[in-house]
Amino acid sequence: MDEPSSLAMRLRPFIERLGLRSVQFVEEAGYMSSLLWHSSWWLISGYRRRQPVRLARIFREAMSMGIQAIPIISILCFSVGVMLAIQGIDTLKTFGAQAQVVLGIAVSVTREFAPLIVGILVAGRSGSAIAARIGTMLEAQEIDALRVIGIDPLRYLAAPILVAMTVMLPCLTLLGDVMGILGGAIFTGIKLQMPMQVYAQRTFDILQTFDVMQGLIKSVVFGVLIALVGLSNGFQVSGGAEGVGRATTRAVVMAISLIVIADMIFTYFMNR
Amino acid sequence: MAEPTDRLPVIEVENLVTHYGRRQILNDVSLTVYQGEILVIMGGSGSGKSTLLRHLLGLHQPTAGTIRLLGKDISRLDDQAMHALRQEMGVAFQGGALFGSMTVGENVTLPLREHTELDEHTMQIMTRMKLEVVNLAGFENLMPAELSGGMLKRAALARAVIMDPKLLFFDEPSAGLDPVAAVELDELILQLRAAMKMTIVVVTHELDSAFKIADRITVLDQGRILMTGTVEEVRSSENRRIQSLLNRMPRDDAIDADEYLRRLTGYS
Repeated sequence: MDEPSSLAMRLRPFIERLGLRSVQFVEEAGYMSSLLWHSSWWLISGYRRRQPVRLARIFREAMSMGIQAIPIISILCFSVGVMLAIQGIDTLKTFGAQAQVVLGIAVSVTREFAPLIVGILVAGRSGSAIAARIGTMLEAQEIDALRVIGIDPLRYLAAPILVAMTVMLPCLTLLGDVMGILGGAIFTGIKLQMPMQVYAQRTFDILQTFDVMQGLIKSVVFGVLIALVGLSNGFQVSGGAEGVGRATTRAVVMAISLIVIADMIFTYFMNR
Repeated sequence: MAEPTDRLPVIEVENLVTHYGRRQILNDVSLTVYQGEILVIMGGSGSGKSTLLRHLLGLHQPTAGTIRLLGKDISRLDDQAMHALRQEMGVAFQGGALFGSMTVGENVTLPLREHTELDEHTMQIMTRMKLEVVNLAGFENLMPAELSGGMLKRAALARAVIMDPKLLFFDEPSAGLDPVAAVELDELILQLRAAMKMTIVVVTHELDSAFKIADRITVLDQGRILMTGTVEEVRSSENRRIQSLLNRMPRDDAIDADEYLRRLTGYS
């Protein structure tokens, strides 16, 4: 055999790892698609097979992942609204167009900030919780128990989470829109002595359905991403409590990264 | 070996070969369990007994071989048929595997809720009846985290028999229990068989428990079946591995010096 050159020798581990990572990536993407596919399948045909996805379970998930996130999301989006107002008024002062801040806040909150803040917050709050819960159940053989009882874990655990996420995220985003604009309105009101009614009127004049829809559509995608990332990391846990911890961290980092990247891609295509 | 030929086979395993990744776990395992008997699958850790159980439960696909439960080849069943078959079998897992987010009562009721359309009151009564059987009456509103190890296993047993299955699997009933609790659980298994005429497969490494409850014992070692026979036959077996298992002696495998060196140095 030829003596391999030293450069090739040194590069080999990197190339090997690159290849391994690529395979893992494709594998994971495939796993998530199959999760999505099977959960949707249960949603559609579960009822006919007398193994329905229970509404009560969807509500329970929606409660813990959506409703209970309302206070924190209100606070965060309100703060973002105030922050945008401060920055907006400050920069627009250069052009003497402070009043245009209304436009900036309305569009940026509905299109970007509300869905993004909601997505990141829910990913941190619930994406991790999903991975931890599923992982713990897996380690305690609870998933096996479900299967031998004749309950498909995807129908019982995954589908309700997926539905709750896709329904709750747009709702939370809508709330975020309102809170963000409210925050902007209050600061602008104080700073520029603009009455609330005037601010609201201008906002409604500026905002188009498309602005709000753009945010809502993105939030649906974020919801699906958070659910799938949480579930797939949870279902692939191995190695006891430490494994659960690892999966939880991974789920959060992965979900947030995917949300930001997906946001970029969607924004590009929706604003062409 | 005097096999009871007049009885119906409930579980038939033929030439089962399984792998975990590339590692072979079970090697040509064949096994028959007859109606109404208690078969104990015994073996040390790493013998493949848990793997065999998981395959019997249809949780994995074997590499080769067939498993027939109640006359049905489980690797060929479609989803619906498998779903129907699962309602005829109950499983009590080692740690109980009760759902941590539900009370004990809800755990036991779950199979009824999913598979039947009984009214709430009837399901409650059936749940209490089964909890009564496993001596856990009055515990239905507790969470699994509030139960002791023995109680968890008994609650899991109640959940396993709630649908009155024809087949019951029990993974390590006495593992991690004090001797008294372990004996009580053995008694419970015998009572269940007497009362409900179930076929029971128990996986264990506890000798006392195995000898007490078993009609027949299958001894697994390194993925192979060493023997299947009655308690007496196993006790009087000449096989060295079985004897070392029975007398709790360490394995005395002969050491191959070259092989040993090769393992240490890592050269092949």
